[in-house]
Parts: sequence; C-alpha cells; structure tokens
Amino acid sequence: MPFNFKNANVGVRENRLGSITGFSGDLDTLAHRSQCGSVKNRERCFSQSSSCLSGCALDQLISIRNVAVVYHAPAGCVALAQGEDVKFRQLAERINEKTNSVYVCTDLNENDTVFGAIEALRKATQYTYEKFHPEAIFLSSSCVSGVIGEDVDGLADELADEYDIPIIPIHCEGFKSRIWASGFDIADHAVLQGIVKPPEKKNNKIIFKNFFESARPQITELFKEIGAEPQFVYCNSTVEELSHLSEAQAMVCICGTLGTYLGNALEETYGVPYVRTINPNGITGFETWFRAIGKTIGKEAEVERYIERQRAIYLPQIEEVKRELKGLRAVIGMGPGYTYEVSRVLQELGMEVVHGLAWHYDYKYDNGQIPPALEHLLKTSPKGLKLTVADQQNYEVMSVLNYHKPDIYFSRHPGSTVWAIKQGYAALFVADEYMIFGYEGTLNFAKSILDTIKNRSFEKSLAARIKLPYTKWWYEQDTDKFLKPEGAR
Amino acid sequence: MAKILDQARYKCALAAMQTVQSIPGAIPVLHSGPGCASKLNDNNGTSGRFSPNIYPCTSISEKEVVFGGADKLRSTISNALKIIDADLFVVLSGCTGEIIGDDIQEVAEEFEDAEKPVIWAKTPGFKGNNYIGHDWILKSIFEQYVRKFKGEAPKEKGLVNLFAGVPQQDPYWLGNLRELERLLQSIGLKTNTIFGFDRGLENLQKIPTAEYTILVSPWAGLESAKYLEKEFNIPLLHYPILPIGAAETTKFLRTVAEFTGADKELTESVIQQNEAQFFYYLERYADTILESRIVSKRFTVVSEAQYVIAVTKFLVNDMGLFPQKLFVTDDTPEAFREEVSQETNTLNYDIKTKVEFTTDGFDLQNQIRKMDFGGSPLIIGSNWEKKLAHELKGHFVNISYPMIEKIVINSHVAGYSGGLYLLEDIYSAALSMLKI
Repeated sequence: MPFNFKNANVGVRENRLGSITGFSGDLDTLAHRSQCGSVKNRERCFSQSSSCLSGCALDQLISIRNVAVVYHAPAGCVALAQGEDVKFRQLAERINEKTNSVYVCTDLNENDTVFGAIEALRKATQYTYEKFHPEAIFLSSSCVSGVIGEDVDGLADELADEYDIPIIPIHCEGFKSRIWASGFDIADHAVLQGIVKPPEKKNNKIIFKNFFESARPQITELFKEIGAEPQFVYCNSTVEELSHLSEAQAMVCICGTLGTYLGNALEETYGVPYVRTINPNGITGFETWFRAIGKTIGKEAEVERYIERQRAIYLPQIEEVKRELKGLRAVIGMGPGYTYEVSRVLQELGMEVVHGLAWHYDYKYDNGQIPPALEHLLKTSPKGLKLTVADQQNYEVMSVLNYHKPDIYFSRHPGSTVWAIKQGYAALFVADEYMIFGYEGTLNFAKSILDTIKNRSFEKSLAARIKLPYTKWWYEQDTDKFLKPEGAR
Repeated sequence: MAKILDQARYKCALAAMQTVQSIPGAIPVLHSGPGCASKLNDNNGTSGRFSPNIYPCTSISEKEVVFGGADKLRSTISNALKIIDADLFVVLSGCTGEIIGDDIQEVAEEFEDAEKPVIWAKTPGFKGNNYIGHDWILKSIFEQYVRKFKGEAPKEKGLVNLFAGVPQQDPYWLGNLRELERLLQSIGLKTNTIFGFDRGLENLQKIPTAEYTILVSPWAGLESAKYLEKEFNIPLLHYPILPIGAAETTKFLRTVAEFTGADKELTESVIQQNEAQFFYYLERYADTILESRIVSKRFTVVSEAQYVIAVTKFLVNDMGLFPQKLFVTDDTPEAFREEVSQETNTLNYDIKTKVEFTTDGFDLQNQIRKMDFGGSPLIIGSNWEKKLAHELKGHFVNISYPMIEKIVINSHVAGYSGGLYLLEDIYSAALSMLKI
C-alpha cells in the first residue's frame, strides 16, 4: 500500500488491515477464512475496560530522548506521564544518558469543550518550547479535543513555520479503534511524517525496533559478529538519529505487531529492507531471524559460525530442562504477535498450547502478507489450536482458563496476571520483550516456567482466600456468549 | 482558558472510580473510552477483588460517538448484573459520553428494580479532577443508595462516620484511615468507615445511624460530608488538619472529644500515654536526629493541601524545623485557598511561610532550586521531586501522588505513630546519603 506522509492521517488497523477484536474458534479456521476474505468482526454486547491507542502511541514517542508531547486533553489522559518519566529516566541511565522528554497537558475544562481551546494548545506549545528546549514537539489530540473538532493539524502547520524544530500533529482519539496497537502505527507515522529525512548516504546500521531494549548490550555484541551496528528505536533514540533511519542497511523488529508500519513504510518509501521473519524467540525463531539478517546484509558465514558456537553451549542445557516441561498444558493471553510467538516456543519446548487468546487479530501486515509468526504456526502447530480474539476481555480469559484448567497461564499485559492466579492457576508474566530472546533467553524462560509450576504456594494460598469477581452463572456459559454474530453491529 | 499542566499531581474526575473500588463489593461501570480506566489506574494496590480489568465499560467507539451510546450502556449494565458478582454498581461517565449527550441517569434509572442496586455519578474528566470526582461520587452514593436506609434503624450512641484522604490518590489513604479510627476508638467512640478490608455496604447502610461525621481533610470530600449533615441531620466536624505527630494528634483528640462529648478524662489519659510513648522513641533517636550532619533545618513540601498543612505542622511544631515556601498542587478550589494558607501558617513561635497554589511543576521546581535551605534541602513531595532532590543533593521523601518508586501497603503517617514513620522515612533518606 502507498504510504502518505504529507498529513497526519493514518488509518486504524480495523480499516487499514481489516483487523478484528472478536472471534472464537480455532486458528486454522480463522486463518483460512481470513485468506478468502470472509471473516468479519464479532462485536460484544458486554465488555470490560481494556486499553486505548493513545497509550501505545505516546509511550513510543516520549521514549525518544529530549522530545515533548503537548497533550490537548483533560488531566486524566496525561496520567501516564509520571510512570513514563521514571521509566525512561531509568532506561536512559542504563546507557549513561539523560532524557528530558516531557509531557505538558492543556488540562481541558468544561468551558473549553464549549468554546474550544486551540489557543491554549498554542500557549502550551510555546511554554514547552521555551522551558524545555525539546528537539521535536508532538501535538496530540485526545477524545475530547477530537470530538469538539479542534484543528490540531492546522495549528501544527502554523507553528512549524514559527519554530526551528519539528512540530508534528498526532491523532490519539481513544474511541477510534479497539486495537491499541493502532497507536504504534500513529507513532511511526508521526516519526516518518515529521522527522525521517530522505537518505543522503547509506550507513551500516540495522534499525532494531523494540520496546524497552533490555537486551541492548547483548544485541550490540551480537551485531558486531556480523559487522553491523544496531540503531535501537524508539527508546533512547534521538531526533537526529531518527532523521537518518532512511539510510540504514536493514530493519528488524522484536514484535511483528509493533513493527509493521515503520518496517513496511521504510522499505517501500526508502528501500530499507525490512527483515520479516518469525521473531528471535526460542531457538527456531532466533536462528531463522538471524540467518535472514545475515542473508540481507551478506554475512551468512558469520551467522552460521555464531549459531554453531551458541548451540554447543546452550542446546544441551535446554534439552535438560525440556524433559521436565514435556506435556505441560498452557493457555496464553497476549497481543497477537506474542501469542503466536510464545505458542511456537512452548511447542518447541515440548509443551501443549491448549488455547491462545490474542487481543486482536491482524490477518495481514502493511505489505499485504500474512504475519510470519502466524504463517509459521499454521505450518508447525498441531491442528485445531483453539483461538479467542478478545481485546483483553478478562471474563473471557477466565472462562477459557476454567474450561481448560491448564498447568500454566502466560500473560503479557499489566494487570492481567493476577486473575489467573486468583482462579488457582500458575501464571508467568512474559513482561519483557527479550524474555525469550535467543539461546540464553530461551533457557532462562524454560527455567522460569519450571520455577513457576513447582512452587505453587502463592497462588494456592491466595486463591483459597479470595472471592472471584464473576458469578457462578458466568462460569457455566460459553466463552463467546456475548459475542454478536459476525458483522452484526 | 485551560491551564498548563506540567508534571501532573492529580488525575481527572473519572479517576475517582477508585473511590468506588475502595468500597468492598462496589464496582464502577464506565461509560467511557476503552482505555480510560487502565490509564487512570497508575497506582500500586489496585488489583483487589475488582480492578479496571473487571470494570464493565462501554468502550465507546466511533459508532457511539456518531449514534449515541445509550444502547451500549444499557446492554453493558444489564449483562454486568449477570456476570459480575458485585453488590453495588456505580455507573460513571467519562468525557466522550458526556459531550455526545448520553444521559447516564436515565439509563441507570431503568435498572431501579434490578436485583442489585445500580446508581450513577457524572464524572467527565473535563469537569474536574479526582479530588472533586471523589466528592461527587460519595454524594451520589449517599443520595441514591444511603438515603434508602434513612430512618431504618435508630441512632447509635457514640457512632462516628469517619472520612479522610482520597482513596488511592492519597497513597496513605487506608493506613491513615485505620489509624484515625484507632485513635477515635481509644477515646471511647465507635467508628463507621466505608473503605478497605472488612468494610462495605453494611457500613454505607449504617451511615444514617451515626451521631456525628468527622471529615479529616482540608477540602476534598466536604460537599458529600455536608450532604450527610443536611440530609440525615448528622453534625459534621470538618477538621482540616491530618494530625501527624504529638502536638497535632493531641489537638485533634481534644477537638473530637469536645465535639462528640467523649469522656474527657479518658481522652486526657490516652493523650498522656500516647505522648509519653511518642517521646520515648524521640528520646532514643534524638542522637540520630540532632547529630545527622547533613540534614539542615529547612524544608519544603510540594503536595496536596492535606500534606502541605500536615507535614508542615509536624516538622515545625514537633521537630523544630523551618518551612520554606510551600506548594499546594491539588488545584485546591479558590474558596478554600485562604483557609489552607492560614492553617499552614498557624505555627509555633508565629513562624510564617508563603504558600503557593500551582499546577506548573517546572516553575515550582525552579523556585525550589533558588531557595536558601542553609544546607541540604529536605523536600517532601511527589515522585516528581525525586529528580530535583537528587540534583540539589537534597533529601527526599515521597509522601503523595504520584508515587512510582515506592510502595505503601498498609503503613500510615497519621497520628502519633505516623509521625514516627515519617521520621523513619526522612532520616532513612538522609542516612542513605551520609552516615557519620
């Protein structure tokens, strides 16, 4: 699809990719039906609070060092600022840097909803520029500024002439999409629209898109093996570094859901090859991914040498742990990228994935192709893998757990782990995107699974003493009880 | 005109969903966007029986923005009643539902005959912050739920409804409430509180039977407490000072005893015993406190009105320190500002200080940079002040929201013992920098 960076409009995933948030069935059926274009979303007549795209978009952008987000919103929307300030300060300290990225909010009040407050946004932008000297300012709309029709784009255009830094509008109305991953695309679009410049000369960098770069030291070492230098985005990157993204020799991403927009846009617009493989989780994942990188930059031999060395160290140890994991039954509840990834790794470790829950479903990415992790899983997974697509609908997760009674539940989203434990199931929070990275990560992950199922004290004690939030009636219903028929609004 | 909110120290009215969550058995039902609750839930200690993952939510989408969301709210409430095992459902509106004109009252009232009570409160974020939202929600609960129990049971002699800090917004909300309860009980009163472990709807039902209501808060919660006075004829003691340490806790107990007619002799003996114990500890730790080489005599507080008043009084009147300019960051309504300033400035030796009401974090921190602390600064504030204290080589204690790098599970800073806990925090911060 053609990418247009002349304005701030980027379609949400429902419209751009046909992605859905409601399905109940199995993976093969869903994939088959979506390939022939016959899958329609199933809306819910009951839902629980989940997440909105603004968090994903702004978290990405504020992680760039020394930028500002001026948030045209009521005070509650900017409640993410304090946590992110601490998080990104700590992450910058890890690489001996500082970040002064900052959120400023216009704190919209009732009068503003009646009379508009675009001048307040102008004033807040000026304040932000003068006080914090950011290297770029993102002007973000919100549900309120979106519904009352504030012309954030118009103001950004005007201010772009006044200031010597990029002033980039972004549209973060939370009601636009049930798929918060749409926020990743909004952030990518903003960076491409306002910061990335056309290439002047190519460099030896490989763009590495991730979340919080915990494996930065290992990846830096790994890339040295193949004579490349990683450019991590967006966490800890700078506006100057981002302006050169078009000059990189390739791009990879730790999560397909996270990388689709930037990767495909850089490839299509500036010819930066986007290495699309399954992700470097587990052994198959890592080796497939690293070989594809080697091939893209012509370093196949170096890659093979590395793989051989690492295999010798880690495979025997992993085999050892695998013996104890064999046959354990798991349920997974994550974003779609990680649901497929973690399913593959668990199967690789000899476990049985009895049910996957994905918070949404992209049947294709921005290149029009099926996500590689999904394609791979369709080939390797035992047939009939049960799949529920639900935007973190906890009551459905609990129903699935109650039905399968697994040995372990894998979560990845804040606030979701405790519920499995309260129902008495062991649960492991796959928080960090590098938790299963490469050989060492896979080994540590396997050990964590064992530790989790071997000491059940915490969940047993807690589950015995708490009252569950759902009625007995709910546990007797089918999980898809509140899903309307396909296509019904 | 909107303000410039830099380094937010409060959230929006909808965040007072946490007030509902803090009443065991009650659950918010949100008519809001899908992400409001998860964003507003940036605290520790919120994975209770219900959490935002459990809150029913209409997850307003473009369809509702265009066609209205009343139907979605209706189906959300009616199914919530089937799925969620709660005792009280409180429908709360967010910004979008209010702007598009959905009438949550009308929809909620359709459930008047439901098996479980369904009530409502309008809490759009643009109408106020969560200190105010807390008050609106309590008032709604009193009006729509508690009022049903008016006259059901006779007044209970010596029973006091007690309210203090805003749940979750104040990290010490529950510890302080329990400590205040304990203090009231120690002078022979019976207490009725609605928040936290082992409380709930029975306590809401008991509210009309209380003889008195005591609100320990400079301003948050006053409207709902006054409602109880007017509607149920329950005399209100509005006590603006959270008592920390000996001097203030003693004053608090005497005022309460005077107001409620509690046994004066008992009160005095409780005071004497508690003061003796408080100073027993201070005597033992006086060496540490007096001879810590890098704690100067001057401090500032950057916090909600509650802690600006309370910490200042404690550090000045019990500990002999001096306040520099103080910053109140909870957007205290104009009507209360004079009183907050005055209360903060009622100090021993007629010590006076400036009090500024501001939401501009950048500006207030710049002012602190220029202050003369006569040595290492002591900054009591929110997590935002941590970086500043580090930069100024000062001592820092996080006492109020946001609290990111510290957790408070059930400790308190209120009362005699709370003063000691606060000293533990202050001198731990100092000792971690220099122990000679």
